[in-house]
Parts: sequence; C-alpha cells; structure tokens
Amino acid sequence: MATYTMKEAKPAPSGSKGIIFWLKTNLFSDVRNSLLSLVGIYLIYVTIPPLLNWMIFDATWSGTQDEVVNSGARWIFIIEKFDQFIYGFYPEHLHWRPNLVAVLCVAFLIALKVLKNNKSKIVLMLLFPFVCFILISGGWFGLETVETEKWGGLMLTILVAAVGIIASFPIGIVLALGRQSDMPILRTLCIGFIEFVRGVPLITILFMASVVLPLFFHDGIEFDKLLRALIGITLFQAAYIAEVVRGGLQAIPKGQYEASEALGLSYWQGMILIILPQALKISIPNLVGSFISLFKDTTLVLIIGLFDILAMVTLTNSDTNWLGYEVEGYVFVTLIYWVCCFTMSQYSKSIERKFNTEH
Amino acid sequence: MSDQEFMITMKDVNKWYGDFHVLKDVNLNIKKGEKVVICGPSGSGKSTTIRCLNHLEKFQQGQIHINGTELIDDVKIVRHIRAQVGMVFQHFNLFPHLSVLENLLIAPTWVHKKPRKEAIETAMYYLERVKIADQAHKYPNQLSGGQQQRVAIARCLCINPEIMLFDEPTSALDPEMVSEVLDVMVELADEGITMICVTHEMGFAKKVADRVIFMDAGQVIEENEPHQFFDNPQSDRLKLFLDQILSH
Repeated sequence: MATYTMKEAKPAPSGSKGIIFWLKTNLFSDVRNSLLSLVGIYLIYVTIPPLLNWMIFDATWSGTQDEVVNSGARWIFIIEKFDQFIYGFYPEHLHWRPNLVAVLCVAFLIALKVLKNNKSKIVLMLLFPFVCFILISGGWFGLETVETEKWGGLMLTILVAAVGIIASFPIGIVLALGRQSDMPILRTLCIGFIEFVRGVPLITILFMASVVLPLFFHDGIEFDKLLRALIGITLFQAAYIAEVVRGGLQAIPKGQYEASEALGLSYWQGMILIILPQALKISIPNLVGSFISLFKDTTLVLIIGLFDILAMVTLTNSDTNWLGYEVEGYVFVTLIYWVCCFTMSQYSKSIERKFNTEH
Repeated sequence: MSDQEFMITMKDVNKWYGDFHVLKDVNLNIKKGEKVVICGPSGSGKSTTIRCLNHLEKFQQGQIHINGTELIDDVKIVRHIRAQVGMVFQHFNLFPHLSVLENLLIAPTWVHKKPRKEAIETAMYYLERVKIADQAHKYPNQLSGGQQQRVAIARCLCINPEIMLFDEPTSALDPEMVSEVLDVMVELADEGITMICVTHEMGFAKKVADRVIFMDAGQVIEENEPHQFFDNPQSDRLKLFLDQILSH
C-alpha cells in the first residue's frame, strides 16, 4: 500500500523582495523595457519641476499687483476673487448659508455611515434635500430670499451636479426596468425616450429646456431658468443611467429572477431586494463614470446664462483691474474639477470594496 | 378517488415554446406525502413539467391543481401557490449579496410577513437541520457547492412548504458533495413532505421514491413503483435508457 506524508508549506525563496529586485523586474527587465523607463523618467523630469516651480516655489501668494516680482503664478488674483468663484453673486452677508449646507453635507454622509436603522436613514435622505434647498434659497423661517439668478460659482456647479445625479438615479432605474418590461407600450416608450435623449447633445437639451419648454406653458407662468436647466440635465442624465443600469441587469443570471419568483416575492420585492442590489453593485464603476462626466458637463449651463465656476472665471477675467490673469484662473478651475472628480472616483472605490461579498 | 385527495393534479397539460411542442398531454396525480422521482434524457420536458407547477413556466392547455387551488395566470393565485411550494434549483440560485441567514429570511419576512425574530429562530432551526448553522453569517460564494445546495434546501423549508420541487439538485455538484445533499433529501422524505425530484441519482430513486416516472420527448412514457420500474421496465425506450445510465 502506498504511503504518503502531507507536505508543509514553505516560505517563498529569498531574493524575491527589496527595492533593487523590484527595479530590476519592473523597470529594467530587458533592453526595451529599460529604454521606455528612461524615456518616462525624462518626460517626468522636463514637465514636473517647471510646473511645481510655477505653481508653488516661484508663485506670489500675497501682496498687491504692483508688488509682484516672481515669475510664477500670481495667486493673488484667485485670493481676491475667491468668493466670486465659490458663491457667484450670492450676497456676501449670506455666505454662511451655503457654508452651512457644505458642513451639513459632510455631517449627512457621516450620519449615513454611522446610523444603523434603515428607517431613520430613509427619513434623513428624504429630508436632507429640502433642508439644503431652504437654506440656500431662503424665503422660509425668516430667511432672506435669494433669487436663483444670484446663485453661481462652485456652489452652482455642485448644486446642478448633485440635483442631476440624485434626481436622475431613480428615474434612470425605472427607465431601465421599463425597457426590460413585458408590456410593449411601456417598453416602447422607455426605449423611445432613452434613444432620443442619447442621440442628442446635452447643449441641445439645455437650449430646448430654456427656449422651447416655456412655449408649452400659458403666458404669465414664469418658470425659473435654473429649474428648467435642472429638469433638462436630469432627463438627459436619466437616459444614460438607464443604459448603465440595463447593463447591470443583463449581467444578473436568470436563476436569480427565478429564485426570487419561486420564493413568492412580488415583482417589486424581487427587484428591490434581490436584483437591483446586485445589478447596481456591478454598475458602480460605470455609474460613477457617468456621474463624473455629468459633473464636468454641468459647465454647459453657462450657455443659457447661468454662471457656474468656469463662467465666473471667464467673467472675472474681463475685470479691467485684473486683466491678464486667465492662466491662474483656469489652472485653479482645473484643480477644483480634478479634486471633485478624483474624490468621486475614490468614494466609488470605497463603496465597491464595502459591497464586495466574494471573499 | 376525488381530486381533493391529491396534492398535485396535472390534466392534459400541453406547452409549446413557439412551434416546439415541449409537453404533450402530461397527466400526473400526486398524493399528499408522496415522493416522486422523474427521470429521462435531457430535453424530455421533465424540468419544464415541475417548473409549470410553481408557474415559472406557463402552459397553454390543460389544468393544474395544487392543494385544491387551480393554477391560473393570476398574480394572487400564483403567489398563493408559490407560498406552498418550495423549489431547489440545479445551480442553487442563492442570493450572493446576502449572507446565508439573510437568504433564509427574505421569504418569511417579506412574503409571509413573519416577525424578524421568529424568522431568525426558524432559519437557525433549519440551518441546524442541514448541518450548516455555523456558516450562517458567511456569504454563499464562501461555501462549497454541497453547502450551498443545503442552504438552498433550508431556504425552501423556511416557508414551511407543502410541496418541495427538486430540479436536478445534484447535477452541478462535485462528486464528493453529492451524498451530503442526498442525505438531507432522504431525511426530508422521511418526514412526509410531498416531494417531486428530477434527478439522475437512481440510488436515491430506489431508496426513497414511491413512484418513478420516465419522460421522453415531452411525454410520460412509463411510471411505476421503483422495484418494478428498474427491474421490469415495460417500454423499449425505458429499457434503452436504463441500459445506458446503469451500464457503468
């Protein structure tokens, strides 16, 4: 009879760790790889140091325009116009209101993480947008009203993006489910809407929202310009969300639908408890990708006369006291956009990790 | 015998996929507590037959009664019937985003509206029964195939069904894990639940079945009690089938 012994696991051989080893295997493993590495290092050398010099080491951070001696960026322009970039024309003595909303947003996100009770989470989610809206627009509880024409800057950018994302999400899910429905009329309507919107640029939809939409209403009904833009953006985004969610739904095995049906769950129970949680989890990277592009697309609202952060920079550049500061302004906006988008993509990665149930 | 004494009756059930005739005049009467094994070559309509019983598949002609209720295409009726019928699938179909315990709580809390605490007690009882209670807080993908199938069986038992349908429950399992699932099924059979099992496990059929049914090309070809079925097959088609599956 054959005998055998179970073998112990051994540690990996030495020499497969350390910096030198890493350099050898990853950067200089052969001639071609070494050449590419050298070219890469050279490119980093010619771009990064001058950029850092311009942005930080040679930059002017304080003083007046006449005192500028350094060759680098003149950030004094940004510091001078900072409030306009952030708040647009929002009255200065009321800046505490958007600030409070920003603080509340952070508190809201923390609360969602901390709270265990699902009911209180839902109440919070439903209540929060109204609190933010009342704080920013005023007119309630003795708060001074601020017309939407005065909203602007980064505040407007974030607001438009947030409303677009939050409102389009449920609409997009319903459209995706409708597109998969057995009911032919519902399905045709959903497909028609999705394909129409996806075949048209956002800028057209914004024009339609600001010019065509009012034609459908009787004279005298004033429809807020910002609200029209928000509706346009929401519907536009909903069509894209619908397609992303449809991709997720199609990836769910048929067995999951059958199991939830066989257990006696109704259509909506099965969707909400079983199918959508899985489909949305698969869709997170694409959803966030689509949210990020929406965030950047919000800048198109400037063509219907709303002043988001990019429009504010362009506007302040025409200030005769501050001519020739375009570069600083646009670099600043670039940084802001990058920070926001990068934060979103990192947040999505953390959500993905949280929902991972593979191991 | 009146219809009332049967748990399941199928009368002249016909089904087509497009032009393809999958079930041809299927007649089946199953008493309360009876254990029936359905076997046959692939594509013979055996899975389709049991999937008609909980309305996962619609049929175009004929009648099905489940525990005295006629199965028609009506949301309320279908829900009423599904509440009494548990189904175990070939590929387990556990919900991968929910822990084992949550998988077992879904139907009792949402369909049968039981209080969560009571549902947890029931769930833990059945997990204990399928010898997997220690895995309650793991996710399905962390379990072996045999363990997942036992969880799937426990998930059905949690709704306290009158009827259990098994659709090739061991076909997707590694050979080493088949017996742990069959053991659970044998135990269940001993308890008097009505059971219909589509399977190729002839050992299981001999051991627990009251009746074995052979289907081919959408028809019931032959049915008999297990001894007669295996030792004294009547039709040539069944003889050929048995030769092939028992030859090695």
